[in-house]
Amino acid sequence: MGKAVLKRLGLLLGTLLLVSALAFAAFSVIPGDPTGAVLGMEATDEQIAAFRAQQGLDLPVWQRYLSWLAAFLGGDFGQSYKYDMTVAQLVAPKVGATLTLAAIAFVLILLISLPLGLTAARRPGGLVDRAVTVLTQITMSVPNFVMGIGLMYLFALVLRWFQPEYIPPEQGLWPHLRFMAFPALAVALPKSAMTVKLLRGSILGELGQDYIRTAYSKGNSRGSALRRHVLRNAMIPVVTFLAMAIGDIMAGSIVVEQVFGVPGLGRVLISSINNRDYPVVQAIVVLLAAAVVGCNFLADLLYRAMDPRIERT
Amino acid sequence: MMLDVRDLSVVFTDRGAPFAAVDGFSLQMDRGEVVGIVGESGSGKSMTAHALMGLIRRSQVSVAGRALFEGIDLLSLSREELRYYQGRELSIIFQEPMTSLNPTMRIGRQVEESLRIHEKGLSPAQRRARALDAMALAGLSDPEGLYRQYPHQLSGGMRQRVMIAAALVLRPRLLIADEPTTALDVTIQAQILDTLKDINRKEGVAILFISHDLGVVKALCGRVVVMKQGRIVESGPVDQVFYHPREEYTKLLLSSRPARKKLKGGQADG
Repeated sequence: MGKAVLKRLGLLLGTLLLVSALAFAAFSVIPGDPTGAVLGMEATDEQIAAFRAQQGLDLPVWQRYLSWLAAFLGGDFGQSYKYDMTVAQLVAPKVGATLTLAAIAFVLILLISLPLGLTAARRPGGLVDRAVTVLTQITMSVPNFVMGIGLMYLFALVLRWFQPEYIPPEQGLWPHLRFMAFPALAVALPKSAMTVKLLRGSILGELGQDYIRTAYSKGNSRGSALRRHVLRNAMIPVVTFLAMAIGDIMAGSIVVEQVFGVPGLGRVLISSINNRDYPVVQAIVVLLAAAVVGCNFLADLLYRAMDPRIERT
Repeated sequence: MMLDVRDLSVVFTDRGAPFAAVDGFSLQMDRGEVVGIVGESGSGKSMTAHALMGLIRRSQVSVAGRALFEGIDLLSLSREELRYYQGRELSIIFQEPMTSLNPTMRIGRQVEESLRIHEKGLSPAQRRARALDAMALAGLSDPEGLYRQYPHQLSGGMRQRVMIAAALVLRPRLLIADEPTTALDVTIQAQILDTLKDINRKEGVAILFISHDLGVVKALCGRVVVMKQGRIVESGPVDQVFYHPREEYTKLLLSSRPARKKLKGGQADG
């Protein structure tokens, strides 16, 4: 591994540290105290004081953060305030659903946008290109939860392609994935629209480059010039965009989960925020940040592999 | 006769008004001959080269006339038929060696690309051997080392040599050189001209050399065609045009050249 990659890796860890510290600081600033939510309104002052002492809430923020961090790095994500469970027990079963949703959404984005982008770029101003432009305009302007409701209505109620009820993986992997494809589509459509636009523009930009003229002069057909020369160069900005989109995909998945009743991180996150169950919220925030930053790191490696002009030290 | 161009014209339509970038261009070339086309920018010389090479989008531009290459009219061929000639019988190198190579493709692959297209069935080792051979012919000193490098790792002069190697890998009959040295500095320019001269002598590849610089053309070509605003204004043996220009425009072209002490080859000019 090169020096530049190690530098990125260090930056990645630094980012995660910063995110965890900011999240921690935010929860100590926002109004509301876990004691009210956990012990109820009728709790006595003694009960409250005992709870605060037990949870270490009477200590200063930085001290609490450091002890949380030490435990977190040691694999102990803490104890839920609200439930008699560890954070790990509470969060672990929900992670799978959200990650599955995000992963399917990502695959859908690739499956939708690559062929459409290529087709649109093949004949700029042609029928496919114009249709794609209109569709991208529509999907880009609709928020993903509205998209979710629309898809739910269309596919579940009108076309009856699926039952609007969550199917856990225990009932069979295929039915589970099939169900998940619909919320994933709601997440994927707006991003696909942007990817199509970007890819189309990128391909057309590359087609105008001098090296394409060279390719034609060697006897390449339009198709082989596209395959041999344009695609790799045109994909470089698209890879960057998709890497940045991963954060949005995760966030979108959490929102769309609610619409489709998927028991993922979204539900736990929202109820934990309402309950001021900060250890749970903190763990989920760091987990999501880790997923996003990790994917960005992978994209960076891919980007380096694709573009030889980037310094490899 | 290898190439016989008659009445070539290239006409754009600019907001309804037709504009002739090339108008009534004619040229005859024998095998192994080196002919120059000179003219200022916008004189239609590059457009002529691109039209012969089949690099003009026919949907946007109308190309008329005949361009017989070994008896076949290149202008009447379909795109598909033309591809048979591109890279095999006819090759071209361009003015911009910096951008004419694919930035994300290794040098070796770009040099052997014409082999992949026209001689399917070669093994990778055979392709590699022929690419290395072409690179040596183009005057690249370390073909093995360059084979796995990317264009951005090379200087402008080396990239133009890579372009030459790629153009020559199938030993075409005609190499069109479209201002190949304009973007390079003077010493490199002289070296590239020497290389082209050697290639012409050793391999018998005919060269149609396009330049705005009569002095450069004189160093390389036997005959020259002078173009202005899409038309030929003067043509003939290079010495005659150079020392006894008949046309006012040619004299202007000559006098507009910066004074230069000595070009490689020994002629004083300027």
